[in-house]
Amino acid sequence: MTNNPFPLPKDDLLQAYRTMRTIREFEERLHVEFAKGDIPGFVHLYAGEEACATGIMMHLSDIDRIASTHRGHGHCIAKGVDVHAMMAEIYGKVTGSCRGKGGSMHIADLSKGMMGANGILGAGAPLICGAALAAKFRGDGGVGITFFGDGASNQGTVLESMNLAAIWNLPVIFVVENNGYAESTSVEYATGVDSYVDRAAGFGLPGVTVDGTDFFAVHEAAGEIIRRAREGGGPALLECKMVRFFGHFEGDAQTYKAKGENDANRASRDCLTLFANRVTAAGVIGDAELRVIDREVAALIDDAVASAKGAPLPHAGELTTDVYVSY
Amino acid sequence: MARKISYKQAINEALDLEMRRDPTVILLGEDIVGGSGAPGEMDAWGGVLGVTKGLYAKHGNRLMDTPLSESAYIGAAIGAAACGMRPVAELMFLDFMGVCFDQILNQAAKFKYMFGGKAKTPVVIRAMVGAGFRAAAQHSQMLTPLFTHIPGLKVVCPSNAYDAKGLLIQSIRDDDPVIFCEHKNLYGLETDVPAESYAIPFGEANVVREGKDVTIVSYGLTVHRALAAAETLARTGIQAEVIDLRTLSPIDWDTVIESVEATGRLVVVDEAHPRCSIACDVAAYVAQNAFGALKAAPQMVTAPHTPVPFSPVLEDLYIPSADAIAAAVGKTVPHARAA
Repeated sequence: MTNNPFPLPKDDLLQAYRTMRTIREFEERLHVEFAKGDIPGFVHLYAGEEACATGIMMHLSDIDRIASTHRGHGHCIAKGVDVHAMMAEIYGKVTGSCRGKGGSMHIADLSKGMMGANGILGAGAPLICGAALAAKFRGDGGVGITFFGDGASNQGTVLESMNLAAIWNLPVIFVVENNGYAESTSVEYATGVDSYVDRAAGFGLPGVTVDGTDFFAVHEAAGEIIRRAREGGGPALLECKMVRFFGHFEGDAQTYKAKGENDANRASRDCLTLFANRVTAAGVIGDAELRVIDREVAALIDDAVASAKGAPLPHAGELTTDVYVSY
Repeated sequence: MARKISYKQAINEALDLEMRRDPTVILLGEDIVGGSGAPGEMDAWGGVLGVTKGLYAKHGNRLMDTPLSESAYIGAAIGAAACGMRPVAELMFLDFMGVCFDQILNQAAKFKYMFGGKAKTPVVIRAMVGAGFRAAAQHSQMLTPLFTHIPGLKVVCPSNAYDAKGLLIQSIRDDDPVIFCEHKNLYGLETDVPAESYAIPFGEANVVREGKDVTIVSYGLTVHRALAAAETLARTGIQAEVIDLRTLSPIDWDTVIESVEATGRLVVVDEAHPRCSIACDVAAYVAQNAFGALKAAPQMVTAPHTPVPFSPVLEDLYIPSADAIAAAVGKTVPHARAA
């Protein structure tokens, strides 16, 4: 039996890999399917960023709430939202997570503590303060995590919420997913501080920056600040520096990126490869075990796509239902 | 047992009763307690005009003063509502919705629909509306049409203390987001209000005066202007029926149509601006659904298409007057004399 040098048992490591692989496969497959033209609207892919959602969400249970972003598929999968229902939603089918009424940017599953992807940048920060306030009133120990990109970090809602969380000592974690691009605009151009830790300090919040492509770094940092928040220690900020393998949305020609940038990122900053190298080099998990997961995940996504394609569309009556609880 | 209390006291009483009944009801807003963290006394203000005064002593930290961050605390109220609480957030002046509109328009109003029916957002956003307070352009607007336009929201605007209490209790118990509009110039108005708890269902207009010649439809402060006009008209032999809509979304079309079918004439009075207003909405609905009953073109009496002016002489011209309402009735009733 090999010594496990990681702070997680082997089963959890396998689960982390499976979650990251599921997100990657889901997004890579959407990239292919979207190009075929039968997915309505637009989608924003999380590929390259899997370690962030996974490393954080492994510390959460269903009582913990997250507020996601327009780039929300990874958060959903890591929070336990059903992959088949997600895929059906993206295809606009009535079997989708939101009966086809929300689409990629509004997938939610409140029973899993997933308060919704969100098409409005920065809008999740006030909402998660409310979720954390509710948890505080109930005394259930629940925490709230709000994700936002380097772009939405400049929204007033996010800054107001950091202050609100600080003065009310709310169990909220502000996660900056810094992939370097707000749509096509670089973080260097649009953000006046070099480190989000400095910005957090301006609101009296502790902050930490980690390499968001390193699952172990994210997992460790998140674990500490989540535990602290859960125990009443208050809010914190976590900046994950990471890479976005695709464009802002599918169909983005990405001419604002440097030549070869995506290839270089895939070659040296792929969080899945980095994770696999670490665990296999340590001898904790064999390559064959990872390949089994790869095959199982590929089959899962194949099945999700096939059943989404074959699922029924909403009937006309769905147009006018679900506006109010009662009216 | 009924006794006379003010519109403002009725709101305070509704909040108190619901907080006693339901531990998930919490209150958030700027200075709703007043004095938080300051060296003097707590509950120094109880709201900028004292509407929540005294509730802190009864309910303690279930009332929370907020920083001046409307997006953050209105959003937090909405988020808490989606997580099982029944927050009542006070926006102070409805004009401030410009600061936090996204949370209302794109979040609270849409959760249920865009999440496929699985969400419930029982939040109440209380705010003062209306002109006549010499508060000028950014503290005086009647923005009810903006909210009424948005699917997923309910919009309430009581005209008297009895309705204010019953409609606020209903708003808190309601499972949908409610914009509760309090006319600041009605805060001191006293009416008979039972001490016990009662809820007034949404979508039930109140016929506040019966009449056979013309239907005057309004809500909020201008209900009282309509009643004054009806009094004047009665002296000239015209019997006006006055309908107080009470809730704008949902709206009680049946009562309006029934009345117009009996009178054949319609005047709609709205303190909002004329374009895309509640007045337009009611006039259009009646024209489409009761055209055959109409003996004259529907008339609209609204504020002008201007911001609310400051100078009292101008502001008094801004709000629809009883004279203007009577004159509009005159356009629908051939034999009416100007009041």
